[in-house]
Amino acid sequence: MRKLFRFMVAWPLAVLTAIALSLPALAAPPKDTFVMAKDISDIITLDPAEVFEFSGGEVIANIYDKLMMFEPENLTTLVGGVAESWDISADGKTIVFAIRPGMTFHSGNPVTAADVVYSLRRVVKLSKTPSFIITQFGWTPENVDSLVVVDGDKAKITITEEFSPALVLNALSAGIASIVDMKEVMAHEVDGDMGYAWLKTNSAGSGPFVLKTWKANELVTLEANPSYRHGAPGVKRVIIRHIAEPSAQRLMIEKGDVDLARDLTPDQIVGISGNDELKIQADPKAALIYMAANAADPILGNPKVAEALRYLVDYEGMANSFLKGQFQVHQAAWPSGLWGAYNETPFTMNIEKAKALLAEAGYPDGFEIRMDTLNSSPYPQIAQSVQATLAKAGITASITTAEGKTLWPMYRAQKHQLILAQWSPDYTDPHSNIDAFAHNPDNRPEAKLTGVLAWRNAWADDAMNAKVVAARNELDLGKREMLYHEIQKDLQVSSPYVVMFQQTEQSAVRKEVDGYVSGATFDLIFYRNITK
Amino acid sequence: MLTLVLTFVGLTAVTFTIGRVMPADPVLAVIGDRAPQSAYDRVYLEMGLDRPIYEQYGRYLNELAHGDLGKSIMTSQPVLEDIKRFFPATLELATIATLMGIFIGVPMGVLAAVNQGRLIDHVVRILGLIGYSIPVFWLGMVALLIFYGNLGWVAGPGRIDVYYNGIVDTITGFILIDAALAKEWDIFWNAVSHLILPATLLGAFALAYIARMTRSFMLDQLNQEYILTARVKGAGEGAVIWRHAFRNVLVQLITIIGLTYASLLEGSVLTETVFSWPGIGQYITTSLFNADMSAVLGGTVVVGTCFVGINMLSDMLYKLVDPRARS
Repeated sequence: MRKLFRFMVAWPLAVLTAIALSLPALAAPPKDTFVMAKDISDIITLDPAEVFEFSGGEVIANIYDKLMMFEPENLTTLVGGVAESWDISADGKTIVFAIRPGMTFHSGNPVTAADVVYSLRRVVKLSKTPSFIITQFGWTPENVDSLVVVDGDKAKITITEEFSPALVLNALSAGIASIVDMKEVMAHEVDGDMGYAWLKTNSAGSGPFVLKTWKANELVTLEANPSYRHGAPGVKRVIIRHIAEPSAQRLMIEKGDVDLARDLTPDQIVGISGNDELKIQADPKAALIYMAANAADPILGNPKVAEALRYLVDYEGMANSFLKGQFQVHQAAWPSGLWGAYNETPFTMNIEKAKALLAEAGYPDGFEIRMDTLNSSPYPQIAQSVQATLAKAGITASITTAEGKTLWPMYRAQKHQLILAQWSPDYTDPHSNIDAFAHNPDNRPEAKLTGVLAWRNAWADDAMNAKVVAARNELDLGKREMLYHEIQKDLQVSSPYVVMFQQTEQSAVRKEVDGYVSGATFDLIFYRNITK
Repeated sequence: MLTLVLTFVGLTAVTFTIGRVMPADPVLAVIGDRAPQSAYDRVYLEMGLDRPIYEQYGRYLNELAHGDLGKSIMTSQPVLEDIKRFFPATLELATIATLMGIFIGVPMGVLAAVNQGRLIDHVVRILGLIGYSIPVFWLGMVALLIFYGNLGWVAGPGRIDVYYNGIVDTITGFILIDAALAKEWDIFWNAVSHLILPATLLGAFALAYIARMTRSFMLDQLNQEYILTARVKGAGEGAVIWRHAFRNVLVQLITIIGLTYASLLEGSVLTETVFSWPGIGQYITTSLFNADMSAVLGGTVVVGTCFVGINMLSDMLYKLVDPRARS
């Protein structure tokens, strides 16, 4: 027996211990290197003309200066990035940008109006998904050469559609308005691809960091640009490690192997709250969780049913339990904290009222319905809570969960009944969300406006369409904001949406780390002020 | 050779068909869910998805025959390059785990068989059962918590500390070998420190299976008449066990060791996820979730090659250990 113990337990343990103890001491990240743990499996490209994923968008926001920008020191005021100043014509259709003098790209090339024009034309000509953010101004691959031009040492853009210049400037602060180094990119052009194949995995910007490495599903390494226009960043290197498992992230931040962990669950955040070496940073995000009812469905198409659904969600119950700290109740289509937000929350769970509405709609005993959602947390939990509250009004909901790549094709094909999903704006103007939620100029199935939420839910309202266009075109900012408030209020009264929550991102940060700024969208996450 | 070709054709045909009929949309993997229909239609045509499935498959086979595995949507790299990066990580882990399985599991199994019904046997059987039935995901997290989180004996998730990344040139793709070749011993020991926990866990899994099977094979042999004859002739117990019984279980053992190794090479997705190990299992799974079919097919071809290769190796080893197989 002793022999057996020696053989099977003592011996392997001794070897393991000996190896472990003989290993060199494991070092914490050096002072000049900032290491972040995050699930970065969504990065599929780092070309600013194509990036539309959260992690990729965040990375390029730290590599490129955009034409217009929000800076980490003030996340609410739109200022010039590569543009030093701009002149808007009286009709609001032409904007001339003066280029900030003395700026250089990472390559050492000066930043010029030609680079600005090239970058915008490139987005339009490559026609990747996020290009709609600027092609909505009327730019096409055919006409962009005459509408986006170099004017002396300035860049001049002309829009052909009616748009408020405030909206245009805001859209030019999105990732697609990143200014790329024309000479560098063209030097890597293959078969007229405008450097697309190369820029997917390389960088040519003028921002605070330079891309050193992107190894998909492994890490991203950024090196500081010491000659950045605002001065050298606080750390020499930023490393984003792909750690998909939140429990592993927690262990690593507690051990000091990473400086910041981005994907901890609410209970893990509670678990580390007593740790003196860590602090919790809570940043409001623009992501909204909403439920939508397909108006093409004979039951859900009844406005009374849609209204009843809004009273059949336990908003506070969820926000105070499994969503605590990471989602706040928000019931309007544009998130809180951004210009144009509407923060009224008129709905609370009210079973009796919902039952009365269902009776008015002709369903006093409820009905059976399918609810689709994503299979990642917190969607299944929210779906279960909604399922339970729907049941109280007699509605039997069956939940189906799926990966996004399976769920979205079904949503785009209008094949859902109820769907629980998430939406984040593409840029920080309310038009970004309102256009998707409320504007459906052609409700015919064959119109296939698959990118528009209103179309996906087969819902169109002529009066609403007119309001969206009026708000989009309004030159007076005060009036414009009022219009957006009105639209959001109307959507709460009559629409297929039950907007429920707005996300707050809770990150665990090592005590010694300062200056990590995480704004509402991925364009507003900044590493350059980080110190440790 | 014909069997080999047919195996590959069958493997790729099934994977290809599954990829095309599953509900995940490869076009959305490229353009995202918000893209307008015009962008969708353009990419749909670019990817050749409008062609009949047999034509798409034929084109894929043709490219495969020319060594082109296509390009991954997820990583923006040729699939072959991805495999060169991800596969060695799995190979490194699986090889060490299998070696542990052989050098600890086989003697454990023999010991149990020889002492059938006694305490040793029960202990080995229970250990085997535990090793085989505890979810590796849970075991991985607990092991990380104890050995990395509390004791600090080993390094945490990942193949290597991030600061060492890119210092050693990639020659073989195996960090241990590359670091040793570059004489970067700090990096070598750092890699060992990262490897030890996932390899031990996978090793425990391999060991449990191999020990259980070894025990069972040995018991079969030990109950044969020739063993009784050997004992009657006065052969020592060591000779009976190792020279007579054990040599006769070698063929079966090679088979199950080969299968264990091949299944570990397939990639242990859960272990790779817990330990943030950039291996082939995680690569194939993530690609599948993202409808990145070139990557899935490329990964499947590699795993298939491993299976076939290991089978061929097993056949060769049979001939080595069993004179009957030589004829």
